[in-house]
Amino acid sequence: MDDEVVSVAGLHVTYRVGRAEVFAVRGVDFHLRAGECLAIVGESGSGKSTVARALVGLTGPGARLRSDRLVVSGQELSRLGDREWRRIRGAQVGLVLQDALTALDPLRTVGAEVAEAARNHGLVRRGEVARRVHRLLTDVQVPQPELRARQYPQQLSGGLRQRALIAAAMAADPPVLVADEPTTALDVTLQAKLLDLLAARKAAGTAVLLISHDLSVVALLADRVAVMRDGEFVETGCTADVLRAPEHPYTRQLLAATPSAHARGARLAGPRSTPARTRTPRPSGVLARVREVSKTFRGPGGARLAAVSEVSFSLSAGEILGVVGESGSGKSTLAHLLLGLLEPDTGTIELFGQPWSGVPEARRQRGRVQWVQQDPLGSFDPRYRVGRLIAEAGVDRARVRELLDQVGLDPAMADRHPRTLSGGQRQRVAIARALARDPEVIVCDEPVSALDVSVQAQILDLFADIRADLGTALVLISHDLAVVHHVADRVLVMRAGTVVESGPVTEVFARPTHPYTAQLIAALPRPGDAYAAHPEGVA
Amino acid sequence: MTTVLTPVTAPVARARPALVLAWVGLGLLALAAAWPALLATAAPDTVDPASALAPISPHHPFGTDQLGRDVYSRVVYGTRMSLLIGLGATTLAVTVGALLGVLAAAAGRAVDELFMRITDILLAFPGLLLALLVIAVLGPGAVNTTIALACAAVPGYVRLARGQALVVRRSGYVSAAVVMGRSRVGIFFGHVLPNALPPVLAFAAVDVGTALMASASLSFLGLGAQPPAPEWGSMLAEGRDYLDSAWGLTVFPGLVVTAAVIACYVVGADLRARFEGRGTGGR
Repeated sequence: MDDEVVSVAGLHVTYRVGRAEVFAVRGVDFHLRAGECLAIVGESGSGKSTVARALVGLTGPGARLRSDRLVVSGQELSRLGDREWRRIRGAQVGLVLQDALTALDPLRTVGAEVAEAARNHGLVRRGEVARRVHRLLTDVQVPQPELRARQYPQQLSGGLRQRALIAAAMAADPPVLVADEPTTALDVTLQAKLLDLLAARKAAGTAVLLISHDLSVVALLADRVAVMRDGEFVETGCTADVLRAPEHPYTRQLLAATPSAHARGARLAGPRSTPARTRTPRPSGVLARVREVSKTFRGPGGARLAAVSEVSFSLSAGEILGVVGESGSGKSTLAHLLLGLLEPDTGTIELFGQPWSGVPEARRQRGRVQWVQQDPLGSFDPRYRVGRLIAEAGVDRARVRELLDQVGLDPAMADRHPRTLSGGQRQRVAIARALARDPEVIVCDEPVSALDVSVQAQILDLFADIRADLGTALVLISHDLAVVHHVADRVLVMRAGTVVESGPVTEVFARPTHPYTAQLIAALPRPGDAYAAHPEGVA
Repeated sequence: MTTVLTPVTAPVARARPALVLAWVGLGLLALAAAWPALLATAAPDTVDPASALAPISPHHPFGTDQLGRDVYSRVVYGTRMSLLIGLGATTLAVTVGALLGVLAAAAGRAVDELFMRITDILLAFPGLLLALLVIAVLGPGAVNTTIALACAAVPGYVRLARGQALVVRRSGYVSAAVVMGRSRVGIFFGHVLPNALPPVLAFAAVDVGTALMASASLSFLGLGAQPPAPEWGSMLAEGRDYLDSAWGLTVFPGLVVTAAVIACYVVGADLRARFEGRGTGGR
C-alpha cells in the first residue's frame, strides 16, 4: 500500500507506576491513507489518547514505547530523539487537543499561536506570516480573521478557540491530523460545524485520526472505526458495519448506552441492580413557580449582561423538566436562582407555595430542594471522606449507608476518599448527598456531561429510578439534547437567557416551532442514520 | 523489527543534598536551643580577661570576645533567643493574620473594606521600619521585639489568608453546603477556615527565615535581646569594634545567622512545595 501515510504495527505503551508497569496500549495495529479518517473510540482509560500521543512522541514521562512499526510519511519514528521529533510535530503530524483554553498560551495572541508551527518549520518568510495566518483562520471559518488573530485566547469563545487550534495544527500543512476529543467541550451546533471543518480537511487529502468517546460523533466523519478497550482494539471495521452490526459485545454495550439510539425512557445500562422501593406518597401539584425572572451581571466595562431574562415556568411534583441550551445560554444561572444561591433582579420564584426569592435565609426550607453539580469533585470539600460528605447534609451513619446502597454504591465506600473513586462513583455520591434529606426537587446541572457513555447511561437510569421510587421532581440541565430527550417529560429550550420554546419533550422534538430548536435538533448526531454520508467506507 | 524506545524523561528519585543538609542544620539549631550545654564548651557568661580576644584555637573554636567569653559557646547559647524570637513572631503573625484575613473574607463588605485599607496602609511601610515604630512605642527587649516583628508581618498574612478564603468561598463545596442548609458559622469553621489555612501555613514556613533575620537585625541595633544575654544580632554589634583585631567575633555569629536563615528557607520552601502538592508531580 503506497498511499499509506500512517502505518502502525504492534504498538505497546507502558507506564511505570511506582514499581509496577501498567499497560496503556497493548499491541495495536492500524494504518491511515491520505484523505481517510480512522476513529478510535473508547471510554476514559482505554488508552485511546495514548495512541494519539504516540504519533507525536508525547506519551509523557515514564512511558515506554515498543512497536514493530511506527511509520509516518515513510519515516520510522520509534527511534527518534527529541530534536528529530520536533521536525515531525507540526510538519508531519498536527495535533488538536480537547481543551482549547489550556492548549493555547494565554500570553500570546491567537495569530502568534497559529503561525508558530509554520514559522518553526521555516515554511513562511516573516513578511508573509500575517497573510498565512489570515488564510489559515479563514480556512477554519473564523469570522473577522484579522481581528481574531490580534486577540488572546481567553477573548474568544470555546468554538472559536477550538477552530484556532485546528488552524494551528494545520499551519505547516501536515499530511496527518490527530484530533483528540476535538468536540467534547463544545455544544451540538458548534460540534457539527467543527466536524464539517475536519471533513473539509479530509476532503483536501489530510489523513485524520479521530479520538473520541462518542460513537455518534464518529459516525459523521470516520471511514473506519476501531473500538478500544483496556489498551486493545476489540473491534475494527468500516464505520457503517460497526455501527449497524457490531460484533464485539463491548461495542454493542457502548451503542446501547447512547441515549439517542433508544426509545425514549428505555433503560440504557441494562436491568436495574437495586431493588425497586415502594414509592413514598407525595402531594401532587405545582412545586415551583418561576415568574418573569431576570438576572444580570456586570460585564467588562461596566455593561450589564443579561444572563437570564424574563423566564417563566412551573415545575410539578414528580416531574422531570429538561433545560437545554448552549453554554452561555443562562442554564446555570437559572439553576443558581432556583437553588436560592442568587437573587433575581426582577420577577419572583415561589417554591412549595411560599416565596423563595427575596426572603431571608432563615426562612428557606433548604432541605426540600437539592443540587447535583457538573463536577462532583469540585462540590466536595477536599478534606472530607464520602461518609462525612453525605453526613454534612445532616443525617446519621445508618442513613449514609442506606443512601449509598440506594444509589448503587457499596456502603463500605463511606470510608473512601472521593479522589480514589471513578467519575461515575463520584457522581453517585453527589446524588446520594442530594437525596439525604429526601428533597422534593433536585436541580441537576449538567450531571452527566463529564462522564463516559456507559457511565452516563447508568446515571440516567438512576435518575429514572429515583423519580419512580421517591417521586422526586428533577430539573435536568444539559447541553445534550439526546440526554434530555431520553429522560425528561417536559423541556425548556434556552438561548441567550430567554426560553425560546417549551413543552412536552415528544412534541418539541417532533414539531419544533422555534427555528433555533429546529437547528439544535438537526445538529444532533445520530449513530442510526449518519453513515449514509459515507457509503464507500473502506476497511 | 522491534525497537525499544528509552523514555525521554525517566522519573528519577532525586536525592536533595541541600535539603538533607538544611534539616541537619535545623536539627542542630533545635538541639542548641533546647539543651545548649550539650554543644557548648563553656558557660556563655564566664568572663576571663586573661584570654580576651584570643584567636581561634582548639580550646576556643571561634575565639573569645573582649571579656574573654568563648564566642562558640555564646553562639550556641544565643540560638534559643534567636529561634524563639523568629518562631514566636511568625506564629503570632500567622495566628492573628490568618484569623483577621479569613474574617475579612467571610464578613460583610464594610469589614472587608476596612481591614483591607488598613493593611494597604501598613504594607506601604517597609516591614523593619514598622517593627522599629512598634519598638519605639513599646520599648526594647526580646518580648517586645517578637511583638514588633509579628506586627510587621501581620498585614501580609491578612492579605494572603483573605485571598485563600475568597477562593474557598467561591468553591463548589461551599455552595453545596449552602444548599444543604448549613449555617454561615458552620460553613466558616467547617470549610472556609480549614481549607484556607494550609497555603498560609506553607507561606509561614518560608517566612520563619525572614523573621530570624529581622530579629538579628533588631538586636544588632540594640533593640532586641539586651546584654549580657547572648544573642546573635547583639554579638555582631558588640564585635563590630574589634573587626580588625578579632574578626571571628563578628564573622562567626554572622555565618551562623546566614546558615540558619538559609536552612529555614530551604526547608520552608520544600514544605510549601509539599503543601501545594507540587512535590507529587507527574501524571
